[in-house]
Amino acid sequence: MRIELQRRPASSGLFSLVSPLLALALTLIFGAIMFQMLGKDPGHALYSFFVEPLLEVWSLHELAIKAGPLILIAVGLSVCYRSNNWNIGAEGQFTIGAITGSILPILVPQWHSVMVLPLMLLMGAAGGALFAAIPALLKTRFNTNEILVSLMLVYIAQLFLDWLVRGPWRDPKGFNFPQSISFAPEAVLPPLLDSGRAHASILFALLAAVLVWFMMRFMLKGFEVTVLGRSERAGRFAGFSARRMVWFSMMLSGAFAGLAGISEVSGSIGHLQPSISPGYGFTAIIVAFLGRLNPVGAIASGFVLALTYLGGEAAQLSIGVSDKVTRVFQGLLLFFVLSCDTLILYRVRIIFGSGRAREAKS
Amino acid sequence: MIEAILLTIITAATPLVIAAMGELVTERAGVLNLGVEGMMIIGAVCAFAGSYLTGVPLFGVLAGILGGALFSLLFGFLTLTLVTNQVATGLALTLLGLGLSGQLGESFVGIPGVKLAPIVFPVLSEIPFVGPLLFRQDITFYLSIALVIGVNWFLFRSRTGLKLRAIGDNHGSAHALGISVIRTRYLAVMFGGACAGLAGAQLSLVYTPQWVENMSAGRGWIALALVVFASWRPWRVLAGGYIFGAVGILQLHAQAFGIGVPSQFLSMLPYAVTIVVLIIISHNRRTTLINTPACLGKPFVPDR
Amino acid sequence: MKKLIIALAATAAALGSVVSGAQAQEKTKVCFVYVGTKTDGGWTQAHDLGRQELQKALGDKIETPYLESVPEGPDAERAIERMARSGCALIFSTSFGFMDATVKVAQKFPNVKFEHATGYKAAPNLATYNSRFYEGRYILGQIAAKMSKKGEAGYIASFPIPEVVMGINAFELGAKSINPNFKLKVVWANTWFDPGKEADAAKALIDQGVDILTQHTDTTAPMQVAAERGIYAFGQASDMIAAGPKTQLTAIVDTWGAYYIKRTKALLDGTWKSEQIWDGLKDGILTMAPYTNMPDDVKAMAEETEAKIKSGELHPFTGPINKQDGTPWLKAGEKADDGTLLGMNFYVEGVDDKLPQ
Repeated sequence: MRIELQRRPASSGLFSLVSPLLALALTLIFGAIMFQMLGKDPGHALYSFFVEPLLEVWSLHELAIKAGPLILIAVGLSVCYRSNNWNIGAEGQFTIGAITGSILPILVPQWHSVMVLPLMLLMGAAGGALFAAIPALLKTRFNTNEILVSLMLVYIAQLFLDWLVRGPWRDPKGFNFPQSISFAPEAVLPPLLDSGRAHASILFALLAAVLVWFMMRFMLKGFEVTVLGRSERAGRFAGFSARRMVWFSMMLSGAFAGLAGISEVSGSIGHLQPSISPGYGFTAIIVAFLGRLNPVGAIASGFVLALTYLGGEAAQLSIGVSDKVTRVFQGLLLFFVLSCDTLILYRVRIIFGSGRAREAKS
Repeated sequence: MIEAILLTIITAATPLVIAAMGELVTERAGVLNLGVEGMMIIGAVCAFAGSYLTGVPLFGVLAGILGGALFSLLFGFLTLTLVTNQVATGLALTLLGLGLSGQLGESFVGIPGVKLAPIVFPVLSEIPFVGPLLFRQDITFYLSIALVIGVNWFLFRSRTGLKLRAIGDNHGSAHALGISVIRTRYLAVMFGGACAGLAGAQLSLVYTPQWVENMSAGRGWIALALVVFASWRPWRVLAGGYIFGAVGILQLHAQAFGIGVPSQFLSMLPYAVTIVVLIIISHNRRTTLINTPACLGKPFVPDR
Repeated sequence: MKKLIIALAATAAALGSVVSGAQAQEKTKVCFVYVGTKTDGGWTQAHDLGRQELQKALGDKIETPYLESVPEGPDAERAIERMARSGCALIFSTSFGFMDATVKVAQKFPNVKFEHATGYKAAPNLATYNSRFYEGRYILGQIAAKMSKKGEAGYIASFPIPEVVMGINAFELGAKSINPNFKLKVVWANTWFDPGKEADAAKALIDQGVDILTQHTDTTAPMQVAAERGIYAFGQASDMIAAGPKTQLTAIVDTWGAYYIKRTKALLDGTWKSEQIWDGLKDGILTMAPYTNMPDDVKAMAEETEAKIKSGELHPFTGPINKQDGTPWLKAGEKADDGTLLGMNFYVEGVDDKLPQ
């Protein structure tokens, strides 16, 4: 038995819609088997994963909080990856954005003005963009590989933050614990509604997704991204500069990651501390690809992934499914989603018996 | 003391070199597997289990290799047979590996492991300085060196290696020439998995003979970075692994020695040094391009 | 029976019927939030052992759900809020990094009781608790000074927070009470949990000539290295004797169970109130693993010091103590107050390291 793929003449519209559902169905079936094997009630477990977090208003807020940074970063990354630039250091740009965005509330806390918050967001985005400019600079100037540089810079950014909050930016009244002063009310992103914690970060994410979608769809820049991503040579013939594209895509994704960073710190945490991200920058890479490198797709995949995190917690609390099982389950879900997407571009045939004869002919 | 420091560096660099050698072959075949961290941790737990359950550490090494290879097969099936996106699949593999290893290893936590015994070469190991460093090591060190030599020979001196590189550079033409792209890539992926598994075995049997969750602690990512650093050339992987390992160890010595630099900045050094060295060696665009597998990460479906 | 009801309720709900919030609740829920996995072999495992002890002691009246690997940040707030909403009556949040999240949730749920480990922010329904680890470390220092031939020990530290700095100082003070010239080398691993790096740090310290090791990181890797190199070492957070049967002299064991039982009982009989508790050896919140691998006179000395600390006769931070640069800190007979200790950010004389500021 073997599996053979045949490219469809055009991507299947039907399967674009069916594939996520099929993936979900397969995940539910395999998930149920897995939970059964672990001695957990499968119905209850799956319910905790996919339904429980959606039933209460506060929990929907939390979903938005979790999905916000994932989507925002993923939108930037999808432009980057489409242009064939491989920024995998969004986690570092997130961290630096959080740091540069926090300069005002930490160093000039006495400045109370409505300007503080917009400036913080701007500085956060700028910080992320500049940090992403390092791999861009090194790539265009010295031909270094941006995968390596951006990844190494993640560790450097995290250690730098660590040094800041344990050293110069430590709260003098905080008993020398590694934490900055708490931001003044002017420096905190307010909750959108009274019913929960969700703040503007999710709006930034949705807005970014729509803008980038518009750019990719209707603007010359979007066309440039696609052409250069497909073939640098073709892009050159069209008069596009691959060099400039490196700068543009890296800095755009860096800016989004930086904005996500400062939004997270200002809206959800309220101060700087050594760990500000549970790996958003890395998870967002998965989100970007699950969304098929499409900004609108990133919205959907961002929410799905956020849901599994919340659901994992709910399941852990209600029926004691450990966090390891949650990660296995997330892995399964991702595998199924990715596999089912194959159906959009290809016809899958399962051939029984030996197909050697046929292969020899072709 | 220099000898002792070098010994520490060797232990720290070996898993990086092994895992990176595997990934190098995978990537030379045109497949980008970002799941090294996941395969490594699976290798670590399998190796510990193998060693603990049989009581023979060498079986642990085998179990680690096998575990990593089998786990990579999952990646192979998805990316090669079902042509899913390699980047996303690799990341998902890491997620799965971290969870699965934690689950598998739950009963091994807190059990002290047995360290893999060194293989002592008679006579050679008696040479002062060099002897203890190079000829009184455990099997993973010898394998790491053998891998570098072997992979270098395989890629640039053997026919199969040539075919493998051809696939990585242009799978369309390779297919047209009758080379079995998918089969070769499966083998390359499994080789990468086996190496990552071996690296994991080194962690749980040599580096720190025990099993704890997440014990790979990001080393798989470093291995991935080393492949890029080495611009896909085996000897550079060896050099890169040792540079990275050495800087990491020396910064600890600098601390114990009492130099007054914040430890965070010292901890940054391995990463910063890697970037700086990369800048120095990649100024020549052409040689970098020549060695980069052109089809890296691109899906391949044979036309029928 | 209850299981069956939950199962039925959940299955029914999964099929689309109304959610059953009332899960036939008769036991009190005492909940735990962990920063690591419960099998990390160190900090979180110690808390989880405490939880298991609590479950064993009061299992007929309570249940003890927990959340593992909760990242410090917005996730912590969500996790703790989920617990408060799921009917937990008492919530222990067991990492310093959960402090502000716990404070925020405690504000929202005035009827739920919270306890935060190692922090300093309290509220009417939020108590803090901590353990005087330094008492144990003082004893370690004394043993080290007796057992070290070179008069030099190595200290693998995690992050420069007051807790860790306090521990380093207590160790050095204990050592100096035996050998006034005792030196202490410190290496910051910048991680709580990375066996490889901890082993590297241990090797680096040994290569620099120390002949006794102590650690403030979570895995047994340094103990293994010490065993391999044939020097002595101390365990951390849990009894690490299995990793070094001939190596471990003793260990500071976190035994949170006693505390958790005490507080849960208070909750059950209605006497729980918000306090800032800093328990020590005498309260059983930390215990010394058996003194092994040492001559009888050293063991006797250690036991005597332990007894003195328990009785209150000896406070490790009693003057005269100079700071690292030689300036006086405590006058003869003067004892450090808890506030200074909890915010400690300077070394005492004799520590051979520059504290990151």
